[in-house]
Amino acid sequence: MRRSEQKARDRVRGTAVPRATVDTAITASHLSLGVTGGDLILDDVSFRLRPGRILALVGESGSGKTTAALACMNHLRAGLELRGGTVELQEGASRFHRDAVDLLTLPEAKMRRLRGGTIAYVPQDPALSLNGSLRVGEQIAEVLRAHEFGRNAHERDDRVAEVLSEVGLPSDREYQRRFPHQLSGGQQQRIGIAMAFACRPAVIILDEPTTGLDVATQDLVLKTIYQLTTKHDVAGLYITHDLAVVARVANDVAVMLHGRIVEDGPAERLLRRPEHPYTRALLDAVPDMQGARDMGGGPAVSPVAAVRAPWDRGRAAPGQMAASASGTPAGTADDAAATTGTGHPENGAAVRERGAGGVVGTGRQDAPVVRLRDLRMAYGSAVILDGINLDLEAGQTTMLLGESGSGKTTLSRSVAGLNDGYTGDVLLDGEVLAPSTRRRSNEQRRRIQYVFQSPFSSLNPRRSIGDSLQVPLQMSGDLSREQRRAAVADALDAVRLGRSYIDRRPGELSGGERQRAAVARALVNAPSVLVCDEITSALDVSVQASVIELLRELQHERGLAMLFVTHNIALARHISHRLAVLERGTLVDYGPTDSVLRNPRHEYTRSLLRHVPTLEEAG
Amino acid sequence: MSLKNPMTPSTGQLAQQSFGHSESRGDARPVSFARRVLDQPAAKLGFVLTGLVLLVAVVGPFVVPAWTGYGSNSFAGKPFRTGVFGTDNLGRDVLSRFLEGGWRLLMYSALATVLGVGLGAVLGMFAAFRRGWLDAVIMRFGDVLLAIPQLVFALLAVTVLGPKGWVLVLVIGVTHAPRVARVIRSATSGVVSEDYVLASQMYAVPQWKILSRDVVPNIMGPLMVEVGLRLTYSIGAVASLSFLGLGMQPPTPDWGLMINENRIALSLQPWGVILPVIAIAVLTVGTNLIADAVAGASAGRVRSTRSARKKSATAARGVTATSPDPALSAAPAQGAAPGETPAPEQNATKEL
Amino acid sequence: MILKRLGVSVFVLLAVSLLVFVFTLMLPGDPAQAILGQQATPERLAALREQLHLNDPWYTRYLTWLGGLFTGNLGTSAATGGSVNALLASKLSASMVLLVISAVVAIPVGLLLGTWSAMRRGRASDQTLTGFSLVLAALPEFVIGVVLTTLLSTTVFKLLPSVTMAAPGMRVWDYPLQLILPSLTLILVVVPYMIRMTRTTMIDVLDSGYVEMARLKGLPERQVIFKHALPHAIGPVAQVVAMQLAWLAGGIVVVEFLFRYPGLGQAMVDAVNNRDVQVVQALSMLIAAFYVVVNLIADVIGILANPKLRTETRS
Repeated sequence: MRRSEQKARDRVRGTAVPRATVDTAITASHLSLGVTGGDLILDDVSFRLRPGRILALVGESGSGKTTAALACMNHLRAGLELRGGTVELQEGASRFHRDAVDLLTLPEAKMRRLRGGTIAYVPQDPALSLNGSLRVGEQIAEVLRAHEFGRNAHERDDRVAEVLSEVGLPSDREYQRRFPHQLSGGQQQRIGIAMAFACRPAVIILDEPTTGLDVATQDLVLKTIYQLTTKHDVAGLYITHDLAVVARVANDVAVMLHGRIVEDGPAERLLRRPEHPYTRALLDAVPDMQGARDMGGGPAVSPVAAVRAPWDRGRAAPGQMAASASGTPAGTADDAAATTGTGHPENGAAVRERGAGGVVGTGRQDAPVVRLRDLRMAYGSAVILDGINLDLEAGQTTMLLGESGSGKTTLSRSVAGLNDGYTGDVLLDGEVLAPSTRRRSNEQRRRIQYVFQSPFSSLNPRRSIGDSLQVPLQMSGDLSREQRRAAVADALDAVRLGRSYIDRRPGELSGGERQRAAVARALVNAPSVLVCDEITSALDVSVQASVIELLRELQHERGLAMLFVTHNIALARHISHRLAVLERGTLVDYGPTDSVLRNPRHEYTRSLLRHVPTLEEAG
Repeated sequence: MSLKNPMTPSTGQLAQQSFGHSESRGDARPVSFARRVLDQPAAKLGFVLTGLVLLVAVVGPFVVPAWTGYGSNSFAGKPFRTGVFGTDNLGRDVLSRFLEGGWRLLMYSALATVLGVGLGAVLGMFAAFRRGWLDAVIMRFGDVLLAIPQLVFALLAVTVLGPKGWVLVLVIGVTHAPRVARVIRSATSGVVSEDYVLASQMYAVPQWKILSRDVVPNIMGPLMVEVGLRLTYSIGAVASLSFLGLGMQPPTPDWGLMINENRIALSLQPWGVILPVIAIAVLTVGTNLIADAVAGASAGRVRSTRSARKKSATAARGVTATSPDPALSAAPAQGAAPGETPAPEQNATKEL
Repeated sequence: MILKRLGVSVFVLLAVSLLVFVFTLMLPGDPAQAILGQQATPERLAALREQLHLNDPWYTRYLTWLGGLFTGNLGTSAATGGSVNALLASKLSASMVLLVISAVVAIPVGLLLGTWSAMRRGRASDQTLTGFSLVLAALPEFVIGVVLTTLLSTTVFKLLPSVTMAAPGMRVWDYPLQLILPSLTLILVVVPYMIRMTRTTMIDVLDSGYVEMARLKGLPERQVIFKHALPHAIGPVAQVVAMQLAWLAGGIVVVEFLFRYPGLGQAMVDAVNNRDVQVVQALSMLIAAFYVVVNLIADVIGILANPKLRTETRS
């Protein structure tokens, strides 16, 4: 197989490079890099890239993974300086260098010939990295020309067409003459990949190439990458924060934390038997579709699996996950309340005393608190929502699942009163609500609370946390200034931030902390219904897990009805009792989470389930 | 910053973030805005220069007859007599006229700036906040005003209304307004699209309160830049009109007018021209330096906790898409030019 | 899309004409009286009113005036009694000479220095240049002009004439040396802005993802700059140039007055002194039209240079 590939390649190429004979393409040793005159970004990082294998460099934001990858191309972004280490391109890996060479000391002119030809790069966001004023065919062809690939223009044209079909795009002239803005996000990313593979590089560096793509497209892109690297014996370096993706494409994994590699090894071993606590924490934080992994505990909502954040470890009793079918949230909820309650006896007590209008307690199933009846909305001929019926019950979470553009944010904002353009009814305890929040009564506003997607945008940077959080109280109640401050402090305790945060500004908080503060703002008024719009999507995995953990605890403590909006189907079992799948404004699947996941009725749901990457694919 | 955090697994019950997330609470408070402005050497120089001229203009009128021995309009001796700075063509003492000739220019410029920035800020804010037809009307009307250069517009007004102080203030202020409105509108729409404004709407906070608590504090940066810039241009415009003989009228002692009166005899008695020219030059350079420093501080181009943090975060993918600073589209360059740059999206200011 | 811009331009021009016209209505008291002064006889006043169409309702006068603008008849000068066209014709060419010389020098110099500065960002040469342009950009035209005069023509060196000679029948360019100071002043007024804004634009472009990608593709630096970076700067830079050209058109007023240059600017100041509203109106319209046209051209260049906008136009 490999041999015949090799021959086919030689035919196109004209020159044979005995690539498969080398064992290692690039060795980075003791790489150290820092902000000019400042902190270290990379601290003694070493790794090896081998032909035909993909090394995944895993880490959360700020861990230095992109910096490490770009160092392999001797490309330092402005403001960074090299502190030490080598990146050796091994003997025979490139047709330009028969001998091993340290890329970091290579003169710029020689390095340039390696970039894009021998070592290729696939950027994170093709929308920013493709040149908007050049046709996509030309953008591929110019790499070939710059690296004198092929003997003449004709051969290069053939190669452009060939590589386009290799990445699964049309290869005809008309397609090549398109501009990037005329392609979809997935197509743009595949152009980026084609550009990288065009010169048949020895090494390819992929910087989170699937960020922002929907799961089906991500699946396709990952497949393409995997096939091309193994087929052509390319050494791959895949940068990501998503361990499920790692399981899908990588042979080896290196985990980065604060500029260091804390653990590395073959993917299968590392994902199944992580040794370093950070790796374990990361793995535990990955939402899991099936729950087949070894789970220690953590209160699952729709059993089988749960997000288990590191601080939960060893606290929950095993056996919670035993029940598999839906309809047993009460049991789990009680357990959870028991476990979590111990740490915080004062949790939200003050808030609760003020008497929430809704049900306090765990998972009692009464009549739905909120009902949506035949919700519709359209802009001109574009239908955003097409007759949605949905119930939210006290103590229960409904997950609203959909891709961007499916109408999920519109739907959730309609519940919160932020969208007054819909027809149909939103009922709170049987009473029809006015579409606009300004026309709802204080009591109605108090009972439904909404948490925004981005914690970087939802808190006014010029106001202290305490000042921002007291707004709901100020607008709905007649509490004195001191009472409001006390309630805000209690809410900050309840979200495990602590009352010391009350006088801080959002700029001093990390993303996860800000999102907790935003949740606290929604809780300060003791609502009955909490609408969470993609509130974890802007956060790192481990932070995401902790926020979800927090939501579950709060729900159990307070019996909140929750609408959890997300595009991440993998979270379903961890958070939701009921699952509603939204596609182009229509609910295509709706029911208890477990039964929807087991027996999806609609093809769209089935396709989501088929394409979602899981940890079980390792190796 | 992050590397110093020792890695401690399972940090106890309360730790919501296990492995010391890079930008955690240990960080220093963001440096105050005034601090960031003053940290720039250019700003210090700007304040010194502006302060010097201000001192001359404000203190000057009080020392004139006593200190120089002559009133600004009294006959001091033969025309073009040489002395400390000599006399002008009508035999008036140049120094006395210079000392008394600055405060009107400053006052008119300041008033025009206040009027222009105030009017422009209010219009720009409402345009962005209300959107819809009000926005369209305000901005289209602004476009029309922008088509006539500021000075030409002023000449038109002076032709009809005569060279009076209030005409200068009014016409310069009004012509600033659309330029300011553009900048403030873009800054405001950046703020209005933020979720914290939506959150206030959701809690049914009254509109005026949203404007005053959420919007205004978050556009202070660009607003301050505009104040500095427009002041520079107001000074230039008032002085230019006086220089053309269409602002202050003789025999008022005024820097712009002095240049006009004395330039015929530039080689004979240069001081009558040079003193006011230097004063105006130093003043405008000073205010422009300040405006530039303010722009730098508000665009975050000055080194601060945040920019250092951002720098190291560029290494990994920035999860936070939201930029911390409202994009400016001011240009401490082209104020008086017809039309602020709509071109480079962010801070055409310069990011020097 | 281009048609839409064209429509906007026409709208702006019409609105400007209305605005400019409204000023005449604001003339306090009787314009004829204002022009002729207190000693004027009633007959002369009546005659002037008739001549200025002051007895017609305002909209008729507006339409007449607007119609005049379209047919190239700019009206009658109240001060000289002659036609505005005749008054301005010779001055227009003089001003155009000044404008063209300044633009031809300033545009390349500004763009090149701005680009150069952006590419050497952070180095001493860049910082010097930006600092210099920051100072220069703050100065009003007449300050620059006076300083140049002092340096080059009167007090320090006596190289150039500080005042324009223009005997009747003579053309300004018959004596080229006298064009230097006015043009130099205008150039120094606009170049700093061009440098700064070109620099900002170029830095934006050079920092972009596609330029980084082009480098990571291993393209030669020349190709990175000329093929990947520059095309993206065309649109914004065209805006910058348009703005500066329009700025020049306003700047000639002060500069011509300073150097007694017999152009439109000087005519404008004279007209204001004489309260010759017709002439001021005509000149305002002329300058506004210049502004609108130059901006329109810049917009069109921007659209053509951007495939996204271009293809939208097509569809």
